[in-house]
Amino acid sequence: MSAQRPGLEAIADKGWLAAHKWLLLRRASQLLILAAFLAGPWFGGWLVKGNLASSLTLDVLPLTDPFLFLQMLATRHWPEMSALIGVAIVLGFYLLVGGRVFCSWVCPMNVVTDSAGWLRRRLGLKSGRSPHEATRLWLLGFVLLAAALSGSLVWEWVNPVSMLQRGLIFGFGAGWVFVLGVFLYDLLLAGRGWCGHVCPMGALYGLFGKSALIRVAAHQRSACNDCMDCFAVCPEPQVIRPALKPRDPNDTPLILDGDCTNCGRCIDVCSQEVFRFGSRFNRSKK
Amino acid sequence: MSEPTKPANASPRRRFLKEMAGAAGGACLLAMGVTLYSKQAGARPAQAIRPPGALLEEAFLGACIRCGLCVRDCPYDTLKLATPGDGVVSGTPYFTARDIPCEMCEDIPCVKACPSGALDHALSDIRQAEMGIAVLIDQENCLNFLGLRCDVCYRVCPVIDKAITLEMRRNPREEREGPAATRHAMLIPTVHSDACTGCGKCEKSCILPEAAIKVLPARLAQGKAAEHYRRGWEEKDKAGGSLISEQLKLPVRGFDAQSAPGGQP
Repeated sequence: MSAQRPGLEAIADKGWLAAHKWLLLRRASQLLILAAFLAGPWFGGWLVKGNLASSLTLDVLPLTDPFLFLQMLATRHWPEMSALIGVAIVLGFYLLVGGRVFCSWVCPMNVVTDSAGWLRRRLGLKSGRSPHEATRLWLLGFVLLAAALSGSLVWEWVNPVSMLQRGLIFGFGAGWVFVLGVFLYDLLLAGRGWCGHVCPMGALYGLFGKSALIRVAAHQRSACNDCMDCFAVCPEPQVIRPALKPRDPNDTPLILDGDCTNCGRCIDVCSQEVFRFGSRFNRSKK
Repeated sequence: MSEPTKPANASPRRRFLKEMAGAAGGACLLAMGVTLYSKQAGARPAQAIRPPGALLEEAFLGACIRCGLCVRDCPYDTLKLATPGDGVVSGTPYFTARDIPCEMCEDIPCVKACPSGALDHALSDIRQAEMGIAVLIDQENCLNFLGLRCDVCYRVCPVIDKAITLEMRRNPREEREGPAATRHAMLIPTVHSDACTGCGKCEKSCILPEAAIKVLPARLAQGKAAEHYRRGWEEKDKAGGSLISEQLKLPVRGFDAQSAPGGQP
């Protein structure tokens, strides 16, 4: 009920573990992906080489990040085949599961901004003001334009997401400054500011999230007791309303907005079991 | 959005336009700032050498996606992935010859690993690599320049006798200090840019506390002749003879020793 500690009711009703199920699974996913990259340099067991920009798993599976790929294309450089295959696999995967699944299940920056968001709620901070949600789309456009005009991946000079994931795998240098910057920005200047309003990488993943097969559905929306906990924890709260509180009661209970990260936190914190993961074709509701 | 309450006359369209202008303006400013910053911070320190097959620096910075796969596949830990503060563009691969030089693997695993082609896959013979060019930069402390037989840079060169040769030269101390102080001739390690790959083994093995021979990026190591400039002797060789006919022998008229300028009338 309280905006500072959403989810208390759910913990009381379902138990702590069930009220953190998807959160724990996501943290496990983020950690395991990182561990796969680090198994080689730390223990000599090479599972995955490279980093999230481009990687090679078990010496056969290439994966390439679409955001870096697009920036590279913008500089009018045509890559080798492995990058093309890599980006096709990544695109195909996220078109199926939802683009921003990358943001909530893979990207290590998610842990940083979730922590900042948690602390901001607990401290009751209201300072600052988030830029408009469309900023990230504009920034995506301008970043690509800057790459095209300068012939260089200019965003990668400052991209804190790259700095963080590369730093964790290859060593930080002074890169942690950029990560701390994002943490403080989200904590003090803009609640959910980075991932939800600024990050052009997330904006791109959001663009191909609209067709995702796996979606969160407010299938028991009639049971909603208006505690607002889901809105308090959701990294993209604007996506909930159309599914949970539709203008027309016949509207779909599916959260179809491409910005939904499929993080499942709304499922965790709801004591009324309003939400669940389902397929985009299952429109059943109560 | 956490917009403050608007006066009643702010129409939704007007508000939307205002918000969009703010978002676009902010994003544009940020992108411009980052571009400016990248222009300033884009210079590469002279001792940071790119891996074999790397495109020219400007194209490289547009092609390299900072994945570190080349670094991972380097069997000698030569390549490093730059972090902020290294002075090299963050996330791009480089090596410092004095620390660990390139061992010039025959199969060039770093190039094969590159998914973007920032390391050009057309490079199939490591001896064609152009990572940089060795320059014997300190002729005052190089032992060979002192007339001693160090030769280490020459001996370790993987392209010995092509990339580095020893050129014999008379020791000038002999002239300065008189024949009594007969000196050894000097054997000068001489780098040939057409064969030097820039692997840096010479720099690594220079016995001085600070290397007298250093690998530099080609743009620093080399000058460039003007496009129109031709070397007469080379053109002559190519043409198999002089390009102009032999000079005409004009008959000497009214000219003898007496009438020559300065001569006696």
